[in-house]
Amino acid sequence: MATMPASASDLLKSFKLKTKQQELLIRVSILCLVYILAFITRLFSVLRYESMIHEFDPYFNYRTTLYLTENGFYDFWNWFDYESWYPLGRIVGGTLYPGLMVTAVLIYRILRFLRFAVHIREVCVLTAPFFASNTTLVAYFFGKEIWDSGAGLVAAILIAVCPGYISRSVAGSYDNEGVAIFALLFTFYVFVKAVNTGSLAWSLASAFGYFYMVSAWGGYVFIINLIPLYVLVLLITGRYSMRLYVAYNCMYILGMLLAMQIRFVGFQHVQSGEHMAAMGVFFLMQVFYFLDWVKHMLSDTKLFQAFLRITVTSAVAVGGIALGLGMVSGYISPWTGRFYSLLDPTYAKDHIPIIASVSEHQPTAWSSFMFDFHILLFLFPAGLYFCFKRLSDATIFIVMYGLTSMYFAGVMVRLILVATPAVCLISAIAVSATVKNLTVLLRSKNKVVQTGSTKGSGGSKSSSKALLDQSQPFQKNGAIALLFGAFYLLSRYATHCTWVTSEAYSSPSIVLAARGAHGNRVIFDDYREAYFWLRQNTPQDAKVMSWWDYGYQITAMGNRTVIVDNNTWNNTHIATVGRAMSSYEDEAIEIIRSLDVDYVLVVFGGVTGYSSDDINKFLWMVRIGGGVFPVIKEPDYLVNGEYRVDKGAAPKMLNCLIYDRARGVEIGNKDVKLEHLEEAFTTSNWIVRIYRVKPPNNRW
Amino acid sequence: MEARIRARVNLALTFFALLFFVAGSSPPRQFVISNAERRIDLSSHIINVHLTLKVENAGTRSASEVVLALTPTEVDHLAMVDASAIKGKRKKTTSVRLEVKPTELPDAPPIDTKYFTIYLANPLNSGESTTLEVLYVFTHFLEPFPAEIAQSESQLVFYHDTALILSPYHIKQQTTFIKTPSTKVESFIRMEPTNRVGTEIKYGPYEDRPPYSISPIHVHFENNSPFAVVEELVQEIEISHWGNIQVTEHYKLIHAGARHKGVFSRVDYQSRQSSNGASSFRYLLARLPPRVHSVYYRDEIGNISSSHLRTDSLKSELQIEPRYPLFGGWKATFVIGYGLPLQDFLFESSDDKRYLNFTFGCPLIGMVVDKLTIKVVLPEGSTDPSPVVPFPVEHHLEAKYSSLDVVGRTVVVLEKKNFVPMHNSHFQVYYSFKPIFMLAEPLMLASAFFMLFVACVAYIHIDLSIRK
Repeated sequence: MATMPASASDLLKSFKLKTKQQELLIRVSILCLVYILAFITRLFSVLRYESMIHEFDPYFNYRTTLYLTENGFYDFWNWFDYESWYPLGRIVGGTLYPGLMVTAVLIYRILRFLRFAVHIREVCVLTAPFFASNTTLVAYFFGKEIWDSGAGLVAAILIAVCPGYISRSVAGSYDNEGVAIFALLFTFYVFVKAVNTGSLAWSLASAFGYFYMVSAWGGYVFIINLIPLYVLVLLITGRYSMRLYVAYNCMYILGMLLAMQIRFVGFQHVQSGEHMAAMGVFFLMQVFYFLDWVKHMLSDTKLFQAFLRITVTSAVAVGGIALGLGMVSGYISPWTGRFYSLLDPTYAKDHIPIIASVSEHQPTAWSSFMFDFHILLFLFPAGLYFCFKRLSDATIFIVMYGLTSMYFAGVMVRLILVATPAVCLISAIAVSATVKNLTVLLRSKNKVVQTGSTKGSGGSKSSSKALLDQSQPFQKNGAIALLFGAFYLLSRYATHCTWVTSEAYSSPSIVLAARGAHGNRVIFDDYREAYFWLRQNTPQDAKVMSWWDYGYQITAMGNRTVIVDNNTWNNTHIATVGRAMSSYEDEAIEIIRSLDVDYVLVVFGGVTGYSSDDINKFLWMVRIGGGVFPVIKEPDYLVNGEYRVDKGAAPKMLNCLIYDRARGVEIGNKDVKLEHLEEAFTTSNWIVRIYRVKPPNNRW
Repeated sequence: MEARIRARVNLALTFFALLFFVAGSSPPRQFVISNAERRIDLSSHIINVHLTLKVENAGTRSASEVVLALTPTEVDHLAMVDASAIKGKRKKTTSVRLEVKPTELPDAPPIDTKYFTIYLANPLNSGESTTLEVLYVFTHFLEPFPAEIAQSESQLVFYHDTALILSPYHIKQQTTFIKTPSTKVESFIRMEPTNRVGTEIKYGPYEDRPPYSISPIHVHFENNSPFAVVEELVQEIEISHWGNIQVTEHYKLIHAGARHKGVFSRVDYQSRQSSNGASSFRYLLARLPPRVHSVYYRDEIGNISSSHLRTDSLKSELQIEPRYPLFGGWKATFVIGYGLPLQDFLFESSDDKRYLNFTFGCPLIGMVVDKLTIKVVLPEGSTDPSPVVPFPVEHHLEAKYSSLDVVGRTVVVLEKKNFVPMHNSHFQVYYSFKPIFMLAEPLMLASAFFMLFVACVAYIHIDLSIRK
């Protein structure tokens, strides 16, 4: 009887974990919780609305994913889509980044194999949250690599709820960015790991990470420019090492070869100006290696100095000449407009209206930085300070990543997304380092008191602390206050993030919700009403003309051919539509007939007060149309440099086609009679109106 | 228009054929119909014809088979035919359902005429008489004319028939009543004595007509009732022995009336509702079983937010609104799904089998279903399925893989064409099932998680590094 309790306590003791195991358990459970949190915080839209695809571009992705599931990879790769860009069509397989679709289909197949009867739509909706969860794991490992596991954990928590990332990864936003941020961070992490270890395996992994990134998003250009820049900085600061040589060369060569397998990217790595920096750095590395070898062989420093001068000069000269020749002969294409607009924010507005017309390409406002980063904005400089204090290859990388991406985030709203991981990591370093310092202070002081009382004499460290303590009498209280302050800030951050996610980033934009007069929720489902009407009640081969924003949705949900869509590859074609929309009806009908259009779809916010309708986008139609057809002049549509739609609107404005159709029965120009178009369908809240193009009158 | 002409030609041909054969025919002359009354209800797009026949055995032998005749066009649109015998006098009448089967008469004169035989419960002796009630239900029988209408016009339709009842027997006296939905009748063919009062047109009484005599008539009238037709309905009933029956219904709905022409003006539709889109419809009502739960209503591109569910202890009513009002020729597809408690529908039979007792039909009220497919998905591991349906249907078996299925579930597929609400009745599917199969999936999941945790434990406790 007496032995029983003893053996029980033994058993209990054997279950009791060692400190290291306890730490592991806590770390793993925190990571699990963060993983789950990152997933469920993105589900607001599913709970509020339904499991559906959001916005515009995701509809194209969804449509191609459906095609991929139904027809297999080869058909997908060779798909020529007749339903968009009528009459041109689009070679889909060669003009998209297939990473997202392939990933979704892969997840779908695995789930199917495991006998989970899921629909591909559910997979698509939940792909982005799933990858966001994975990103938190990568952030943890990355933080661990550049600082310590504490910073890793904080980074994982911060990035799990950071609004800057959530904005592009809520459930239903099935867009390239959803998986691309994961790929980006993974590539960086593995590359830094490769630089730290000099291991061929890690650099191989980073090449594959890069390949995945290339297959997923056009933002891979950031990687292929940031990594060479980083390598260059290391070279300049004298941190060149064999580890760096192995990591970069393996990553660049294999990554480049792999990236060439993506048809949309093709041979750009050797032909386009945007990728030349990487190649230049690659050759520079070889020169460095060669010089290192020569230095090793030559023992005479003077001779080596001369040799160095000659080699570097000739290498730079050869490189410059090669680049110049390539540019002149047209073998190397110059930088594209989008790239220019990143370096010079005003470039797009003057030269490419179509890029400037997208709201997410606008320069970022200060408020949206605050909105998306909240306290991270203040922690970021603090983290930079810590990084500079403990400079290493890894911290140099994260500093460079942070600074460059912050610059790009300032240029374009959507690039906040790219900056988010860096900001989170650097802020995590700040938080972790601060908290660690403070707790060390608290604990060591206790120890001093303890050791002082029991043993009388402490170690040298504790005595120095005691000295420090004497100089600052309220240090303990101050540390406690600071700790509470830090936790208060972090809790504010969590509240802010949840609020932003639920209020700002979780509405699917295709369904509009408003509060009714009695506080009940009113749902305007007009877009889908119109698209479904198109799908069911128009001929299978009907061609629909609309402004390009709605192109993807019409093809995906309405299943009808469109003239232009969100893949704005042909400026002229869009300008033609813009011209048709902004001409008098008689002129417009000529263009419409020449495009073989059957239906015209316009978005009209007059009745419900919906603000982002076609009239709001009208100036861009004029600008884009005017960019190609000089007949259209912007001042014709303005009154005293102002844009008005009421009675005081400019005469040309009142008579043009879009006006007729978007504000037809509204202020300004009432009683519009349309001659060549007839109303075919109007949704119940009047937001979408579809017009049928009448056949030309019979000649007698 | 073309269809109308074709129908007329058909009818005319039949008529001539009939005239031609009247003289030399040898129908089963045993019976004489002493009195026939026909009531045709045209108030919706489902046409009900109630025929009351007083049949007298004028022959010498007793007989039990009464033959009904229909024209080929009628047979094409016939959804169901039902006959019952009336017993008793005056108020104490009881009706007994009789068996009706399509038959071929070898020596019947008009080649095109189709026949149905009613099998009387008791043979009718010579000189005796009995009263039969026959119900025909026709679908797609009203023909819109004009075939295309604008938004503000109301829908006019043609109804073709004969004033005299087509029958292989001599009819001593007959009357036909045609009920129209409103008093707006554009035109109708008279055949004296003909009389129109309010919404009813009366043909007859006509005395002593020989067999196979007909006289084509048509009625052109206003019918704004919704011509809602479900072109295809696939209803999937999935049984889970964990306590739930999941029903999923895929609808392909079309407005089968006069096609919409020209402009659809939302202004007119919203502001002048009485005179606009009279034949269009916005709402549909589905009657679901009581205690229904987790009802959803969606289509290919997502949830449709306009629906209301009312439940009480006897029934549930789901009012749904398609994304847009349906005008003539417009289509809409959607899915309705709901869950039901298992104990209301699944029972155990005496021979240790289980059976599902469910309604064969379309929950939407007043719908014609051109093709109705019911799929009963039995739980994994069930064997010997056998359906019992009160009327002839086609059936076959399929397999379906749902979540965590390894061998697949047996699916009993029942198919019925041209289904009308009058068909609604219960059907049963019997099958054998061992309860042990219920545990298969939970055990699979449990073991998978167990393996995962074992792997984790192993990973933590085993040091895999090569260097020490």
